[in-house]
Amino acid sequence: MDQTQALTEAVQGAANTHRPLRLVGGGTHEFYGRAVDGKTLSIAGHKGIIDYDPSELVITARAGTLVSEIEALLAENQQMLAFEPPRFGPSATLGGAVATGLSGPRRPFAGALRDFVLGARILDGRGQSLHFGGTVFKNVAGFDAFRLMAGAQGGLGLILDVSLRVTPKPRSERALVLDLGSEAARLRVVDMMRHPLPLSGAFHDGERLHLRLSGGEAAVTGLARDLGGEDEPMAVWQDIANLAHPALAGDGPLWRIAIGQTRIAPADWGPVWDWAGGVRWIRQEIDAPNLWDAAAALGGHATLFRGPRDQVFQPLAPAVRRLHERLKTAMDPFGIFNPGRLYEGF
Amino acid sequence: MLDTFDDQVDGPFGQVGTGILRRRLEPLLPPGGLLTTIEGMTPYETDGLAAYRSLPGAVALPETVPQVQAVLKACSDLGVPVVARGAGTGLSGGALPFPGCVLLSLSKFNKILEIDPQARTARVQPGVRNLAISEAVAHLGLFYAPDPSSQLACSIGGNVAENAGGVHCLKYGLTVHNILSLEVVTIDGDILHLGSEALDTPGYDLMALMTGSEGLLGVVTEVLVKLTPLPEVARVILASFDDVEVAAGAVAKIMAAGIVPAGLEMMDGPALRAAEDFAQAGYPKSAAAILLCELDGEAADVTEEIARVSNLLTEAGAVEVRVAKDEAERKKFWAGRKGAFPAMGRLAPDYYCIDGTIPRRALPKVLTEIGRLADAHGLGVANVFHAGDGNLHPLILYNSELEGDSERAEALGGAILELCVEVGGTITGEHGVGREKINQMCVQFTQGENDAFHALKAAFDPKGLLNPGKTIPTLARCAEYGALHVHKGVLPHPHLERF
Repeated sequence: MDQTQALTEAVQGAANTHRPLRLVGGGTHEFYGRAVDGKTLSIAGHKGIIDYDPSELVITARAGTLVSEIEALLAENQQMLAFEPPRFGPSATLGGAVATGLSGPRRPFAGALRDFVLGARILDGRGQSLHFGGTVFKNVAGFDAFRLMAGAQGGLGLILDVSLRVTPKPRSERALVLDLGSEAARLRVVDMMRHPLPLSGAFHDGERLHLRLSGGEAAVTGLARDLGGEDEPMAVWQDIANLAHPALAGDGPLWRIAIGQTRIAPADWGPVWDWAGGVRWIRQEIDAPNLWDAAAALGGHATLFRGPRDQVFQPLAPAVRRLHERLKTAMDPFGIFNPGRLYEGF
Repeated sequence: MLDTFDDQVDGPFGQVGTGILRRRLEPLLPPGGLLTTIEGMTPYETDGLAAYRSLPGAVALPETVPQVQAVLKACSDLGVPVVARGAGTGLSGGALPFPGCVLLSLSKFNKILEIDPQARTARVQPGVRNLAISEAVAHLGLFYAPDPSSQLACSIGGNVAENAGGVHCLKYGLTVHNILSLEVVTIDGDILHLGSEALDTPGYDLMALMTGSEGLLGVVTEVLVKLTPLPEVARVILASFDDVEVAAGAVAKIMAAGIVPAGLEMMDGPALRAAEDFAQAGYPKSAAAILLCELDGEAADVTEEIARVSNLLTEAGAVEVRVAKDEAERKKFWAGRKGAFPAMGRLAPDYYCIDGTIPRRALPKVLTEIGRLADAHGLGVANVFHAGDGNLHPLILYNSELEGDSERAEALGGAILELCVEVGGTITGEHGVGREKINQMCVQFTQGENDAFHALKAAFDPKGLLNPGKTIPTLARCAEYGALHVHKGVLPHPHLERF
């Protein structure tokens, strides 16, 4: 269902009155980011797949299309979204996945969500429809404003439709679990990644190392033989992506700290990591300023993924923050799109 | 020609005298770091698009980041435009200077600062050559994946500015997929760190926005690149076809079969025959088209995929399918492809390389239409494609010494790019808009979209001093160009099916 007209009118109305909007897709990622005070505008009804031709390796769909619908259609054609967007629930939408910009466990091996966005049609803060990028992989005309939508939390534009590059499913996959402590496992994985091995997931639950192998049959079989360990259900990787794994699940505060993969994390961050060691998950209250400093010192940043929502994201360097404010004004001059969701003030 | 800046349609362009430039900039640079003589500046008058030439007001050659900051700050204070330049191999006139501007050469920033084999990263200065990175890490079993055909000479800073691709980007991605962070100096002299060693960053994805921004947003002074483990083996198949459209159909079959080739290249008859004469690659000269399909990975898997792809190609109508029997033959097959551009010298005194991308399914129709357009303009075209990702490089053959030939070549190039937009593609797959395709930006984007690009630029560069007259057209330029050409909404070639 194409609701471009109604959404345009809603945005133009908000622009004329300077009244902020709270953009909502399926509501599954509501907990993520700072709270937004604005009139709710639902994009969930603006849905439907616009174009999909498996031999082009591209799918174009409206923002309200369910991620599950897209993934099911791709699966029928032995294709997938390589960035494995977390769904956090059955109603997760394409627009929400792109706006939050989150990538699943395959990130260190296959790339981030923003790497697969080929184009986007958006409404800017005046209600003007703009199309950036397109449906082809190699495209360097104009700035990559479509990639900028990935992770902007809806603050730079209302996403109407998105074209994504899709990936053939690997011919062979195995999920393995190994008895190996957190730090030893991390070192093992770092060493493995120096070689062209068919890895597509490396997660440590605090007790054991979970590996996913994806690729040609010979490569997967060979690596599984070298690794040993036990097979486990492939579904464990969906749980990891959706924070439903027992090491991640719960309602209490959850910090996510992205650091350089080879950096040594302080012991008080605990043993749980994903992204081959590049992301630490901590299920406890920690003093935020200290954590931000510590994360920055290891080449990364911390996010209060779940918990009190006053300051969620790592503070930006002053020059970078000024630039954010100017970019926000460029795309959304009246500050109507999800103000404050990323940082106070924009 | 587009090699002169036109205040009427390109907007204001601040200029001060050479004396003022010298007085302000010379003290900020090392001895000999500012060139203002014609002899000194002539090497900088053009980039890889040699048809466009123009001298700057001065050439600055800083050696340190504080010097870059100081020069940019001074230019900002003076209101003088700045054109950053890497190795000058770009093909769209992105580093073309205009009279009065300061050309900022990053050529002294040529050091690999750090290689981290465990993290599989290299921290490099922007003037480091693309291939030098791969050479420096080969002994570690690693490489830097993007491989533009100019990789021997082009610099990583220029690669970031253009979001460079190459033959292997089908599998390994473009520049934006293979870098982790950038150090950037703004026109105000501020340093920004965009991206990070960690695999994501808080806030907007400014590293991705900076990549491919063609020197309009900031000057890159350091790049953290991602290194990739070298595949165990790489093998290549050479398939010949007696019909170009059948070859194009074979490409779609390979992609639909779930195979991700490391490279999938196509050359038409004129291109392959010139390449064969030039490089003796072993191509069948009677073929109407050839495909080169490279597969890499674990040895047993590659053997199996080679067999699958060979069958697919035969089923798709290939008249001959040959697998390179060893590494020497593989290199020979590729030498022909890599020599395709210089080989054009055998067909005509000049060639003009076009760079559009189209959806793969439009390939047969676009090929037919390019042939028709070429006939209509009275010029020959040889076609070389990155077929796997639909990136076309039609090479327009002409003779610049013949009256009107250059203009005809430029007009044909423009028509081919507009054809790419019509079928749902883009005016540039990897060479960038630069100065060359600034008019075609009016065809691909609406005024609202171009206005948004200007607004994004203004967030970084409020005075519009970084590379003005490039990449994003003004309203005035589009109005003038639109008056001469059929514009968006009223499409030429109405008989063509749209995708």
